[in-house]
Order: sequence, then C-alpha cells, then structure tokens
Amino acid sequence: MTQAGSPKSQAAAGEGWEPKVVAFLCNWCSYTGADLAGISRLKYPANLRIIRVMCSGRVSPAFVLKAFHEGADGVLVGGCHPGDCHYLEGNYKTLKRKLVFERLLEQFGIEPGRFRLEWISGGEGDKFARVAEELVKTVRELGPLGSTAERLGRADGLALRAEGGGGNA
Amino acid sequence: MPEAKKKLKLALYWAASCGGCDIAVLDIDEKILTVAELADIVLWPVALDFKYKDVEALADQSVDVCLFNGAVRNSEQRELAELLRQKSKVMVAFGACACFGGIPALANQFDRESIFRRVYDTTPSTDNPGRVRPQTKLSVPQGDLHLPEFYNAVYKLDDVVEVDYYIPGCPPPPELVWEAITAIVEGKLPPKGSTLAGERSLCHTCKRKKEDKKVTAFHRVHEFVPDPEKCLLEQGIICSGPVTREGCGERCLNANMPCRGCFGPTPEALEHGASMLSAAATLVEGKEEAELAEVLDGIVDPLGTFYRFTLADSLLRIRNKSLGLEEKAEEGEEAAS
Ligand code: SF4
Ligand code: SF4
Ligand code: FES
Repeated sequence: MTQAGSPKSQAAAGEGWEPKVVAFLCNWCSYTGADLAGISRLKYPANLRIIRVMCSGRVSPAFVLKAFHEGADGVLVGGCHPGDCHYLEGNYKTLKRKLVFERLLEQFGIEPGRFRLEWISGGEGDKFARVAEELVKTVRELGPLGSTAERLGRADGLALRAEGGGGNA
Repeated sequence: MPEAKKKLKLALYWAASCGGCDIAVLDIDEKILTVAELADIVLWPVALDFKYKDVEALADQSVDVCLFNGAVRNSEQRELAELLRQKSKVMVAFGACACFGGIPALANQFDRESIFRRVYDTTPSTDNPGRVRPQTKLSVPQGDLHLPEFYNAVYKLDDVVEVDYYIPGCPPPPELVWEAITAIVEGKLPPKGSTLAGERSLCHTCKRKKEDKKVTAFHRVHEFVPDPEKCLLEQGIICSGPVTREGCGERCLNANMPCRGCFGPTPEALEHGASMLSAAATLVEGKEEAELAEVLDGIVDPLGTFYRFTLADSLLRIRNKSLGLEEKAEEGEEAAS
C-alpha cells in the first residue's frame, strides 16, 4: 500500500478542507477597509478570521507564528499606507520585521504565498476584497499546512505532553 | 546507625548533548568532593560505570534528584527519560538542550531521511559504497540486534516527561550549578516548574553603554571587532540580550562576543526567536523598502541566529516539508542516475 501513495493522495486527504486564514487588521485603516468591503457588499471569501489590532506595528512576528502554530493555513497583516499610520511609524516597524520574517518563514518551510503584508486604506474596500480573494486562492492551491501538533505528530507519532506543544494536544 | 544522616541519591544523565553539561558539573571544582560527601551517585554515564539495569532495579521515587542534560533525539534517550522520571523525586532539565532543544534541535530543519542521506551518503568524507544505514533491528544467526530509533525531530525534555526545574545555559555556569545543588541539599527549592536563573533580561544586568543608536549595517562576529564598552546590538552585532534570561554572569559579553541566547527566553518574551527578530529588525532606520532590505539582508540565516538554542521550544518546532528539504534536489538527481 505504501507504494501506491501518489502525490494526489495528500489532496485527497484534505477533501472537504477549507483554508483557514487569519487576518490581523489595524483599526484605523485596514479594518475600516474590510468594513467598507462588507458595507459595499463586495464579495470576498468567508475563510478569513479577522482580528482587529490598534496598529499593524502591534503584530509581533510571534502572533503570526502563533496563528500558524494553531493551524492557520495563511496569515494576512493589513496596515495603513506608508505615511498614514495613526501612530506615525507603526507600519514602518511592520515593514522592517517583514523583510527578515519572510526569510525566516521560508527557512521553516512555510511557502511565501501563505503570508502577506498589505497596505489597505479605509477607502480601499475593493483592495481588501481582492487581497482576501488572492490569498485564499493561493492557500487553497498550496493545501493544508497543519498545526504544529499535527506536523509533529506526523513526524514521529510520539505522544508528547501537551505543554510541549506536541502530538496529543 | 541512627547517627548516619541519609545521603541524597543523585542521578546524572546525558542524552543528545555534547558532554559540556557534564563538564559543567565537574567545573564546580573541589566542591565536587562535597557533593560526593552529601550524595550517592546512582547513575553518571560520563564518569561512573553503572548499567541501565542498575537503575531499573531501584525503587520508584528513590532517587532524590536527576540532573538530565541533552535533548531527546532517539528512542533510547526517551526511554531513559521515562525511566529516570519514574525513579526520581525531582527531575531537572539541565542545560539548554534539555530545556529548549539547544544546538541539536537546529536539526529540526531537516528530517531523518535528509540527515541520514547527508551523513551516510553525501559528505565529501563519506566512503560507504554499500549505502549502509543504521537499522533499528538486525537479524544475525546468533539472534536479533537492536538499535534505538532515530527520530525525525529533536525534542526537549518536557515534551516527553514532566520536568520540575530548569537550569538553562550552554552549559550552565558552575555558580548556578552549585547554587542549585545547595538549594536541593538544603531543601530550599522554589515552586515546581521554576527556572533556576534570573527573571529579567540580560540587557538589565549588562554594563555596556546604550546610546539609543540606530543600526545602519549588521556585522557577523568574524567580520568586525566591536567596541568593548558599547552595546553590541547598537553596533550592528546581533546580541540576544533583550530577550534572553539573565543569570549567566554575562559570559559572552565579557569576551566581547554577543549573547547567542543560551539561557532561553525571559518569562515575558512571547517567543525567543521571533521576539529577537523583531528587536533587531526595528533597530534599523529608514523608510524605503529597498534600502531597508539592503541593510536587513545583513541578517543572514534568521532561523539559525534567532533560534540557535530554542528551536524545539518554538511555535513551529519543525520545518514544514512541502517546500522541500535542502537535499531534495540532490535526491532527485541520484534517483535519476
Ligand atoms: S543588546 Fe547585548 S550588548 Fe546590548 S545591552 Fe543588551 S546584552 Fe548588552
Ligand atoms: S551571554 Fe548569552 S549566550 Fe553567552 S552564556 Fe550568557 S546567556 Fe548564554
Ligand atoms: S494604525 Fe494602521 S498601521 Fe499603524
């Protein structure tokens, strides 16, 4: 049986699977943009779990990793356009982290398409809808990522203690 | 008979480690004689010839303290962790590898197959025409031989057994070891689950001058001799002081080297590596993406730099395989030939 495993089998295992995407959106621009998309009845996929934060600068890379750890298949961080951050420099901080963080994710084997940082203003409901659409599409093509517990479980199948972040969680 | 004070029973074990932690125990120097007076050692593979069956023969909970160093990389280490847990009243994760995976856990960027392929096939010094690989079982006319199973991932001790205390460091400094031994002997241990080191960040105790300087370029330690009086991070050398637990006595800083983070995260760091990544990246000044990227590309190998000792304690823990492991291309070529 083991021989019969085709590349398709993984996709088959994910049948009925829907991508889970966590979106951290800053209160002042991107969240308003998402709101506008809603009010304008723009269509965007229902796969996004939106978390409102005060500023994109508040989104530590650890938050993004935590989302992947818990089983997110993709993560979006939305902030105000450069120069427009309510706290002046918050989004520049986000940008600086992103430039290193993307390389870190790649070292963790997380495909580039699973993480996106986008500047979305309060008036850009259409941009929000488009980015959401694209991100979900990419993640759907990439397939499920699996929480850390699942991935560790697949690695060795050890019954790890829950605090260890492991397989039996 | 009634006079004789009951001696402590002590077990020391090494799992996936370099041996440095055992040397750290010996580095308490002549105090080791005091330890010998106070304690009977029931297992110490590096120094004394006990067998595993000697430990199996002990009554449960009859060992007062087990100092366990090294990460868990194979099934033997896991079995010993479980056995020693069962026999010991107090289990101590001793050193960075037992606490957070340490250097061995950097191998979590690869799986068993790619590690074996590298080690048994492709290193320039490998001469292995038969392509021999370690097997967990081998049948010979005399019977079956068994070897431990090499895992796909490296685990920290508290993934597999309950740990009562953590003594971090690569290796733990002798002062800390001695303090811990004294606390154990005097029965003055803090609440279970505690880390026997400082609570604040290393920057708190660091005496280097901080000037709130922005970074215009990052340097690796072999490229640049930093000013010994000034904060290393502000000189563009990645120093993990902001997110690392104090208590080592600033060993590296005193040698004009940056902190690599062997004491693990401070209690408030969300995640050791990600928090340090954030601290380092935001030190750079500028607003233009291209310019920022040029400076930030100076941080090579973010994973190895920021998670040097704590990959097995991180949120993601192991590399996701779908993007391919480093030697995948090579495997394809070989399969084709
Ligand atoms: S970053 Fe390093 S050199 Fe700078 S203050 Fe902190 S510990 Fe000291
Ligand atoms: S300075 Fe950092 S890396 Fe060096 S011994 Fe102390 S905690 Fe460990
Ligand atoms: S408030 Fe929107 S990025 Fe700072």
